[in-house]
Amino acid sequence: MSLFLIAALPFLGALFPALLIRAGRNASASSAAMASGLAFIGLMLHAPAILRGEVVQVGIDWLPALGLNANFFLDGLGFLFATLILGIGLLIILYARFYLSRQDPMGQFYTYLLLFQGAMVGIVLSDNILLLLVFWELTSLSSFLLIGYWKHLPEGRQGARMALTVTGMGGLAMIGGMLILGHIAGSYDIHVILEHREAIQSSDLYLPALVLILIGAFTKSAQFPFHFWLPHAMAAPTPVSAYLHSATMVKAGLFLMARLWPVLAGTPEWFYIVATTGLITMVLGAVIALFKDDLKALLAFSTVSHLGLITMLLGFGTKAAAIGAVFHIINHATFKAALFMTAGIVDHEAHTRDIKRLGGLRHLMPVTFVIATVAALSMAGIPPLNGFLSKEMMLEQASHTYWLQNPYVIGGLATFGALFSVAYSLRYIAHVFLGPKRADYPAKPHDPSFGMWASPAFLVVLVVLIGLFSAVLVGPLVDAAAGAVTHEHVHAHLKLWHGVTPALYMSAAAVIGGAILLALHAPLERVWNALPRPEAKVIFDAIVGAVTRLTQALTARLHDGSLTRYALIMVSFTAIIGIYAYVSGTTGAPTRVMQGFGILPIISWICLTVATACIVLFHRQRFIALILIGIIGLVVSLSFNYLSAPDLALTQISVEVVTIILMLLALNFLPKETPRESPALIRLRDAAISIVSGVCVGGLIYALMLRDFAAPSISGFFVENSYKGGGGTNMVNVILVDFRGFDTFGEITVLGIAALVIYALTEAVLSTRVRAYLLNRKPDIDQAGDSHPGLMVVVTRMMMPIALMVAAYIFFRGHNLPGGGFIAGLIAAIAVIMQYMASGFGWASERQHLPYHGIIGSGVLVAAATGIGAWFNGVPFLTSDFGYVQLPGLEPFELATAALFDLGVFLAVVGAVMLALESLSRFAWQPGISSEHAIDINPARDIPDASTAEIEVEQGYDTMPLPTGPASAPNETKED
Amino acid sequence: MELLIASAVGLLTAAGIYLILRLRSFPVILGTSLLSYAVNVFLFATGRVVINAPPILNKTATDVTYTDPLPQALVLTAIVISFGMTAVVVMISLGAYLSAKDDNINMDDTADLQGEDA
Repeated sequence: MSLFLIAALPFLGALFPALLIRAGRNASASSAAMASGLAFIGLMLHAPAILRGEVVQVGIDWLPALGLNANFFLDGLGFLFATLILGIGLLIILYARFYLSRQDPMGQFYTYLLLFQGAMVGIVLSDNILLLLVFWELTSLSSFLLIGYWKHLPEGRQGARMALTVTGMGGLAMIGGMLILGHIAGSYDIHVILEHREAIQSSDLYLPALVLILIGAFTKSAQFPFHFWLPHAMAAPTPVSAYLHSATMVKAGLFLMARLWPVLAGTPEWFYIVATTGLITMVLGAVIALFKDDLKALLAFSTVSHLGLITMLLGFGTKAAAIGAVFHIINHATFKAALFMTAGIVDHEAHTRDIKRLGGLRHLMPVTFVIATVAALSMAGIPPLNGFLSKEMMLEQASHTYWLQNPYVIGGLATFGALFSVAYSLRYIAHVFLGPKRADYPAKPHDPSFGMWASPAFLVVLVVLIGLFSAVLVGPLVDAAAGAVTHEHVHAHLKLWHGVTPALYMSAAAVIGGAILLALHAPLERVWNALPRPEAKVIFDAIVGAVTRLTQALTARLHDGSLTRYALIMVSFTAIIGIYAYVSGTTGAPTRVMQGFGILPIISWICLTVATACIVLFHRQRFIALILIGIIGLVVSLSFNYLSAPDLALTQISVEVVTIILMLLALNFLPKETPRESPALIRLRDAAISIVSGVCVGGLIYALMLRDFAAPSISGFFVENSYKGGGGTNMVNVILVDFRGFDTFGEITVLGIAALVIYALTEAVLSTRVRAYLLNRKPDIDQAGDSHPGLMVVVTRMMMPIALMVAAYIFFRGHNLPGGGFIAGLIAAIAVIMQYMASGFGWASERQHLPYHGIIGSGVLVAAATGIGAWFNGVPFLTSDFGYVQLPGLEPFELATAALFDLGVFLAVVGAVMLALESLSRFAWQPGISSEHAIDINPARDIPDASTAEIEVEQGYDTMPLPTGPASAPNETKED
Repeated sequence: MELLIASAVGLLTAAGIYLILRLRSFPVILGTSLLSYAVNVFLFATGRVVINAPPILNKTATDVTYTDPLPQALVLTAIVISFGMTAVVVMISLGAYLSAKDDNINMDDTADLQGEDA
């Protein structure tokens, strides 16, 4: 099976459990198991090749420019981890089916679990470190969902947040380290990086890269001092703990260290950082675990301890230690998953995980007792179980590794840790299952159904079998995986009896010492409880709290809600960057000659300059400003026409009309004047900034226009192909509807969305007490005597068909002459708006039967359908086609699918413009304004007392005080 | 010709920025409109300006020069989109004014009184 499929199956499978939960819990669980199982089978198909030492590779270039390729490879190491992830995943799926109660949303659980599983498989199969990082972050996110699965428990939420914070920050550090590594090696593909050992280790950047990557690995694998998140993650349901903390999440850090072992390991830096951290973690975890009364907390700290053990072995940097590490990864996964599951069973049946409240369960839960005992003995390192084998290997390595020339430090501390490891393992057996039966269990414990103990039982069988027949069962796997770690040929000698070695003495000392320690547990515990200990959660919360306060203070300072200030900073900063670029760079001599001009451009220029100057001077008089902006728009559209851009001129002038109407409508409700607020000094400063920015922008475009293109222009393509390929002579239109049709499709969608936003805003505003205010509003300026003059009504109604005909004409000629869907749409919208203006909102909307939303939607749909139609022609989305037809009596004319697309543009533009203006007009609507006086905003003149009474009945809100005048209104509100 | 265009763009930019730095929503909207003109003309002018050479193919003559059609197509959609943007902003400011009886664009009134960022 392709590696792509193996990595994708859990993700695909994640869709099903959440959907199938409606068909029952079994269906949901089965679908999850199906996905995992298929991926597992697919993986196993590769087993023979991998065990022969081959490497399976697949890949596609995804973003080659970034060095990000979707490359996967499977070697012994990846195979080992993928087997653990998928195999134990299957067992967990079975176990969770019986563990979760009816109240728990099981579909969600399996979906999260499979997402997590997919991310883990992705990590171990990635052949590209950037891809690996993506999956790495995905495990942080999906484990957050899993740990916080019981959303109602505050511990669950806090634990999930803590895990995400710690592992997420580690992930960030790791991104930095990985990028450095890829930079040194010159490639982001792992198999390439692994060949650059010398280059990487001799680089100056080796140490920063190493430290950053190790922070990522240590946070994920809960190494000291980042170990504290793991016990808090125990608030998750037990299946999650069993999965995350035995075989997967915490092993990801180990995997990464093993994966990069060939290039990173073997230096003193690596040894002292990794081995020392591992050693500290191993001892610390083991000591704390002995004094935990919560079964899961005990297992959590024992996990921390064992992760430390494996980290230390990887840190030694020798081949034999790497074999030990790989072997212990397998063994730890088997016995620890089984132990977590038995802890879950005890919790499930006895309703408590507190060791102090348990004991004597061997009589009540014999099956669980056997499973837990075998697994715990393996954890303690008792022969002939598998834990013994790898622990012997660890002690053997520890006994002859020197730390700062001292031969006893590592061996001694390792034995010390092993001693505590034996003690807590035996405590798990003795204080939970042995001893007398008690009368005060919170619930009557008994063995669970087969489905629940099947998974741990299977693992325990493995524990025994691997212990007895290690060389046959897992020898080849260990060889392949250790070979992949060390990049050397490996043949491990896995056997129970190595003869009388130092490791045997150390092991014996640990077992005896551990038993004594357990016997002394009660007095030791009193001492332990009396000792002061730093509480990691308190420190963590304090740090997070301090950081939150700091950022809040910073945000409040920077982000103070003053838009003016943001604009000021943005403009000044942009101007400064521009000036810096200009001053520090060089400018070549002009290569084009300035073109001359006649009298017309001069006149336009003067109009524009005067209007712009006046708008700045008189902008407080808002109506005057509006007229001035109309002048500017007119000059701009005339200039477009003069400068060989007829399409732009047509668009600009029609947009101008619509914009002015829109602003005029809005101004109806806004103050008519802007108060003078800024002091003279501020205005001077703003003027200075504006003038500098204006000079910069003007200078830039002036310099640009006098020089030729820096790179050859692609415009020649459009000149050549617009008729040949697009069938039209108006290049601008052909670009819009054909060459860059996808772009235009996006544009009309955005325009439609903007109109819908306006509609939604109107709805939202009108559903508040603003509505009552608007209904009772008295106009604040003098009204025309006759708001719908008969002459205007007659003229606009007569013009309607003519305007629509012009729109149709502009639309049809668009492909060959200036025009097209955009312009035609605007003209049609203006034709309709004229009716609203002349005859009133009520009159017009009574005669308008198509909802404008529908018009927008149909426009987008028509455009999309045209694009999709291209697929049936066997060409990509939006590829246009055209042909020529001749009807009798007419000249031959062209039919292009692009015209259909343009129709979509037309409809979307009409709908969007009309919806926007209609929404605004609804603000002006007041009851009693009938078809005779529709857009009339003067109720005072027309509405008799009767209809005023009607309004008062309708409101029922507290009416807002009316602004008494435009100038004084804002000042009044200052006191708010 | 180029000098006229460049000075017009500069002037529109300066006026637009000055109005954007005012405190009330309406002048800010006017300012963004002016800035839209400036940006549109700027983009259009990056294709270098040519007089009397519209990008309409002449099927009969061969030695015709055409102005660059690509910036025109881009600016055409930009004009329509900037209308959409203006409409949304107008609606937001209208809604804000009607709800809060105030068309000041800044959240904190005290900052204005201090004149810090007026």
